Amino acid sequence: MAAPIAIHLEFGGGAELLFDGVKEHHVTLPSQSQPWDVKQLLVWIQRNLLKERPELFVQGDSVRPGILVLINDADWELMGELDYQLQDQDNVVFISTLHGG
Amino acid sequence: MAQDVRCLKAQLEEKEKEIVGLKKKLAQLEKNHTSVLELYDKVTPLTPLKAKAALSNEDIMRYSRQLILPELGVQGQLNLSKTSVLIVGCGGLGCPLAQYLAAAGIGRLGLLDYDEVELSNLHRQVLHGEENQDQAKALSAANAVKRLNSTVECIPYHLKLSSENALQLIQQYDIVADCSDNVPTRYLVNDSCVLGGKPLVSASALRMEGQLTVYNYRGGPCYRCLYPVPPPPETVTNCSDGGVLGVVPGIMGCFQALEVLKIASGQGSSCGQQLVMFDAQDAKFRTIKLRPKQAGCAVCGENPSVTQLVDYEAFCGSAATDKCRRLNLLSGHQRITVQDYKSIVDNAEPHLLLDVRPLVEVDICHLPFSLNIPLSSLEDRKSEHLQLLQERISQLKQQMEGDCRPPVYVICKLGNDSQKAVQVVEKMSGSAVDRITVKDISGGLMAWAKRIDSTFPQY
Ligand SMILES: [Zn+2]
Repeated sequence: MAAPIAIHLEFGGGAELLFDGVKEHHVTLPSQSQPWDVKQLLVWIQRNLLKERPELFVQGDSVRPGILVLINDADWELMGELDYQLQDQDNVVFISTLHGG
Repeated sequence: MAQDVRCLKAQLEEKEKEIVGLKKKLAQLEKNHTSVLELYDKVTPLTPLKAKAALSNEDIMRYSRQLILPELGVQGQLNLSKTSVLIVGCGGLGCPLAQYLAAAGIGRLGLLDYDEVELSNLHRQVLHGEENQDQAKALSAANAVKRLNSTVECIPYHLKLSSENALQLIQQYDIVADCSDNVPTRYLVNDSCVLGGKPLVSASALRMEGQLTVYNYRGGPCYRCLYPVPPPPETVTNCSDGGVLGVVPGIMGCFQALEVLKIASGQGSSCGQQLVMFDAQDAKFRTIKLRPKQAGCAVCGENPSVTQLVDYEAFCGSAATDKCRRLNLLSGHQRITVQDYKSIVDNAEPHLLLDVRPLVEVDICHLPFSLNIPLSSLEDRKSEHLQLLQERISQLKQQMEGDCRPPVYVICKLGNDSQKAVQVVEKMSGSAVDRITVKDISGGLMAWAKRIDSTFPQY
């Protein structure tokens, strides 16, 4: 049994507009039999934070193209992407790419 | 006798001063005359940029404050003078970028933009002035840059960057800066830089945020390594829809200038595998370590599938412009024109006008008697807003007596959100909401301003 973990979520680049404009969320993921990974986190976010228009945030079981995920200030590609196992006090950022000039 | 000599000498001195003054004036006039710039409408071969053997006394004076920096020095300054930079987009990012590169003494600047200067550009595109409205942005920017530093060679391109011309153009420059405003152009510039082997200093800005990365630099990732698949077009917001505070692209364009100058002078950029994010609201910069160059990348990977430029509008599913897209979600009988609506108002026909723009835009301008419920509130079915809508519809029903389907006309800025709102309202099943006729006003308030009421503000 894995203990509940507290993590810090941030949304930016316009992704926060899907979450009532709130950029920072301190959340606690409940205890479960397996350790939490990013794939499960995305499902949790959809169920608990994102109520409308999920297609603007997720595609399949990952984030939609054009959203970059950062784990503890590093590109999630360096951390194992969906399989990264979340630790207590981790910081996960979802940033929408900007194109304007 | 002695007095005559003194007098003549004094007169001579006076005349000599006059000659010096006239020569200076002539030189200035000639300099201005030769700097009349020619606008390029296609890509033509350029003469190679010659390296200076040494700095002139004027150079030393002009650049003295940066020359004494050990990070730059004489060699760095000479390096700048032999570097050419292509700036793709002379807007909010491109203007400050061009300004600082010219001020610092870059050798040659290619300034590319296909748009003309508009009044709504001036809050952020700071090289253009009121008198430059309707002028090609590339020319306006080049003239402003020339006034600042006439020794910088400026080449203004008034053309649309495309798969046909991009590679030929980019190959003529040492460094490329992406200051564009749309997704297809960003992929086009990236692929051209990979195929042409040029470093790409890329920035973007929207609302109160900015991002910057240097791509294809010293073995680092390219834009496609990070974003192999373009974002769905409906998730992309441009500056005319989302808004942007002028100083935000200003800061990001200055940041681009910094990285270009570091690369050009020989110091090198540290943003090759990094994303710099700027949050203007919280006054926060954050630097993120990015993934390395991806072996599977379609253009810079080990087995690239993109070996020449492709059709980027098709690849991205959107046009290479930041102009607003026109949606067509509704059929003809669900839409009315602004002229139709004008006669409804003139005939005092009972109806409800529903304005679905965000409150901040309603504050700028609105039609009298409109009910404002933002599209997002309709989509989220915010109960206090739905109640308001229901109340207004029942009032209308009472007023109309017997006529069971009161008309609701939906309006927004351009006629895109209003169509979405019609679809949302039609789907609502509630006793008060479902017995109505709901239509959108095609072209929105901007069409109203253009065709019906010229005193109505445009934004
Ligand atoms: Zn790549």
